[in-house]
Amino acid sequence: MTITDLTACQLRDALREGRTSAREATDACLAAIERLNPTIKAFLSVDSGAARRRADEIDRSRAAREPLGLLAGIPVAVKDNMCTADGQPTTCASRILAAWRAPYDAHVVERLRAEGAVVLGKTNLDEFAMGSSTENSAFGTTRNPWDTERVPGGSSGGSAAAVAARMAPLALGSDTGGSIRQPASLCGVVGLKPTYGRVSRFGLVAFASSLDQIGPFGRTVADAALLLQATAGHDPRDSTSVSEKDQPVPDYLAHLEEPVRPLRIGVPREFFGAGLDPEVEAVVRAALAVYERLGAKLVEIGLPHSTEFAIATYYIVATSEASSNLARYDGVHYGRRSSDHSGLIDMYMRSRAQGFGDEVKRRIMLGTYALSAGYYDAYYKKALRVRRLIRRDFEEAFARCDCIMGPTSPTAAFPIGQRTAEPLAMYLSDVYTVSANLAAVPGASLPCGFTRAGLPVGLQILSDVFTEDRLLRIARMYERQAEWSGRAPPAAGGAA
Amino acid sequence: MSGPQLVPTIGLEVHMHLATRTKLFCPCAVEYDATPNSRVCPVCLGMPGVLPVMNEKAVELAVRMALALNSEIPGLAKWDRKHYYYPDLPKNYQISEYDQPLGVGGSLDIETLQGPRRVGIIRVHLEEDAGKLMHAEGGGNYSVVDLNRTGTPLLEIVSQPDIHGAEEARAYGEALRQLAVYLGVGHCNMQLGQMRFEPNVSLRIGSDSQGRPRYTPISEIKNLNSFRSLERAVAFEIARHREEYEADPAGYTLEKLGKSTRGWRDDSGLSFLQRSKEEAHDYRYFPEPDLVPFVPDRKWVEELRKTVPELPEKRRRRFIAEYGLPEYDAGVLTAERAVADFYESVAALAKDPKAASNWMMQDVMRQMNEQKIAGDDLEKYLTPSSLVSLINMQKQGSINRTTASSVVFPEMWKTQKTPEQIVSEHNLAQVADSGAVEAFVDQALAANSKTVEDYRGGKKAALGRLMGEAMKASGGKANPQLVRALLLKKLGG
Repeated sequence: MTITDLTACQLRDALREGRTSAREATDACLAAIERLNPTIKAFLSVDSGAARRRADEIDRSRAAREPLGLLAGIPVAVKDNMCTADGQPTTCASRILAAWRAPYDAHVVERLRAEGAVVLGKTNLDEFAMGSSTENSAFGTTRNPWDTERVPGGSSGGSAAAVAARMAPLALGSDTGGSIRQPASLCGVVGLKPTYGRVSRFGLVAFASSLDQIGPFGRTVADAALLLQATAGHDPRDSTSVSEKDQPVPDYLAHLEEPVRPLRIGVPREFFGAGLDPEVEAVVRAALAVYERLGAKLVEIGLPHSTEFAIATYYIVATSEASSNLARYDGVHYGRRSSDHSGLIDMYMRSRAQGFGDEVKRRIMLGTYALSAGYYDAYYKKALRVRRLIRRDFEEAFARCDCIMGPTSPTAAFPIGQRTAEPLAMYLSDVYTVSANLAAVPGASLPCGFTRAGLPVGLQILSDVFTEDRLLRIARMYERQAEWSGRAPPAAGGAA
Repeated sequence: MSGPQLVPTIGLEVHMHLATRTKLFCPCAVEYDATPNSRVCPVCLGMPGVLPVMNEKAVELAVRMALALNSEIPGLAKWDRKHYYYPDLPKNYQISEYDQPLGVGGSLDIETLQGPRRVGIIRVHLEEDAGKLMHAEGGGNYSVVDLNRTGTPLLEIVSQPDIHGAEEARAYGEALRQLAVYLGVGHCNMQLGQMRFEPNVSLRIGSDSQGRPRYTPISEIKNLNSFRSLERAVAFEIARHREEYEADPAGYTLEKLGKSTRGWRDDSGLSFLQRSKEEAHDYRYFPEPDLVPFVPDRKWVEELRKTVPELPEKRRRRFIAEYGLPEYDAGVLTAERAVADFYESVAALAKDPKAASNWMMQDVMRQMNEQKIAGDDLEKYLTPSSLVSLINMQKQGSINRTTASSVVFPEMWKTQKTPEQIVSEHNLAQVADSGAVEAFVDQALAANSKTVEDYRGGKKAALGRLMGEAMKASGGKANPQLVRALLLKKLGG
């Protein structure tokens, strides 16, 4: 067993007990990146010098018995749509920001640094987090460590693949419609999208402001809890971040091993309908049976607005906000400016035409259309009404059960290139995940088994707003029972 | 042949910078003379990943102004994004308020040459200002942008089309300015661009067959930044509409041509077309997801309402009624809140509103005007209690009015010493001892025998000259009543 096989919590213990050092752990991750990243392409940039310097600082602090943070000496990867002020790029996997350097740290990056984490580098994503496969990255597709001919999911595919391939024990992702949970599912790791407002969005490059939320990836439930602990909490710079007076941040690790009893699990019939791969369904049903054996009661529920209308609603709300959020990339103040133009309007058009990829352009056009005079009421306003109905679906469901479970994604990892020609088929990858963003509720994807081809399958667990602590305990109940837990993907040296 | 009567019908959109220390969404300072692009941060530069945080002081000032305009403060106001591409707007959208502003309805009473008018208010809302774009001089094909102003809190006040002429438009603008300054809501320094006007001009052309009023097309004149250009531009537009209408009464109507946007050139005194109806922007407004809606606490609003002071126009009328001041004096003394407060303190402490207004109008206002001192700074030079001491000293006869006004008051203004200190340091106390005064009178009579003869010969005006000589002999300190009495006695009545 090598250092990179340790989970973040195990590494934390090893560091505390002096069995290893932050420098050793960092070097081990950097070596894994050097070995695996040329194939997996999880990282867009790695600053090994800064990482080693930070690791040495932490080791010195530990030796001097100075107070240390929650993540002291633990290497963490950061999705490349979160700003880092250290001179590393923040590209959003877009040509338009290829050369941009953020002058400030995102709130979560500040939190990581304050807690002593070693930031390894920035991970790949679909351009501006728009996609479900990382194929929309301007800088190449990330490969799934379980099968490098397949996608890792997206948009946080780089972070999910980095954790799955053991290049980093922890990574941050962002989830607007499933961008943490779906790649976690496809890469066989734990991913959590917190309640909207739990983690500050300050410094997260906005895709759809009312849906975006930053969350953790780890190989275990406890690792995800640890990283959530380090990043959750109020930030006055984000007006939508919840006050800790109203919603204190609980200690997510303290009660993690305590099962939730009694446990009523809502199983929405809409999450098991047409389009769900039968192999995925079988694996998910088996996981539900494990919960039943643990004494949970399965309750069939309905979320009538949350699949049929959720994708349509999501693609109106998200693209509308995106068309506005991405208006600033115009080549005037920063970012790519077309070198060849005749006047201001032409400069705008060429800079944006050259700087954005096809999927980003498609979504900007969709959103611009939805917000246009004469269409606003029919699209955006109506979408907001449906969004309220989806919210109510969840409120009614959580009156009857403690959590909702189903598949995270209708299929396991799909082959690279399979869906790029069909944006609508790609959009359906998010059919089970988008409603949590629309309803603001937290959701996790938990590895729950494999297909016959050896591809991981994720169990999605959703719970009521600001109940991440209970959600993590519920996930941990299953994880303790899973005999395959700890299996490494072939790319990281595991058995195929 | 005479056509229908054409009645100018004008609504005014007024923008003013709020008097906050910092910008609307970030901690950058609001400063007007700083080096370009030195008062900026990632937030006001619209960098990737930044979020706005509402400046609570700006919201408070905006609500204060809305309350003073008698607007209703709805239970919920929300922020919206207004999209348009321009290099002075780094996000390419402006955070504003679209359909649920923080102040709805209201009115402002103004004085015009035609008498008092009430102008209705449609709405009051808060938004962010843009930066400044400067085009290269000498025909260079580039522009430079200064983003110091980007994100400055801007209050927009939209009036009903209740204004019927250029002079009225100006009077309304001036009344709004006075009100904002009075309330401490804005400094409204026109040279700094802290207040800007956009009049919407149209003429009412009688009524159609169903009795509904008809109008000429609406033209909105953008970005006027002085009262003078406001008045001139409105007058020009009224005349232009009249001409256009008379040339084509059937075609030049609101139904046919809608609304257009025009610019104004101050040098030539002409307006010019910027955008016709067909080119109107689609701003794609939608609710700002990065800010939570403003849900004012009712108690807070009522507390704020209580702090809205008596407004200038009402106070002016009260000064006339309560203190018996002439209209003009009442207007001068209420033009600035600090001056009006100062006057009322002096009037109350001296128990003599008339003397207080004389001193304010003659001495205090003269110093303020000469040295261009704003009302808010008045108390740096003079306190009400020291002026009251001076008034009392003069009334009790310990100094005379001329000395008080020409020597003591300017010294008080300059040195902030009390009048007692100044009088004693300069030995200015009025001489009321009859023996001493008699000596000055005798001196004056002896040195001016010709004038004495004139007086005795029946030229009563000569008494004044003799009084002046006796006062001069006393160094201005003799009690004038005593001088006069002694002179009359010695001249044989």
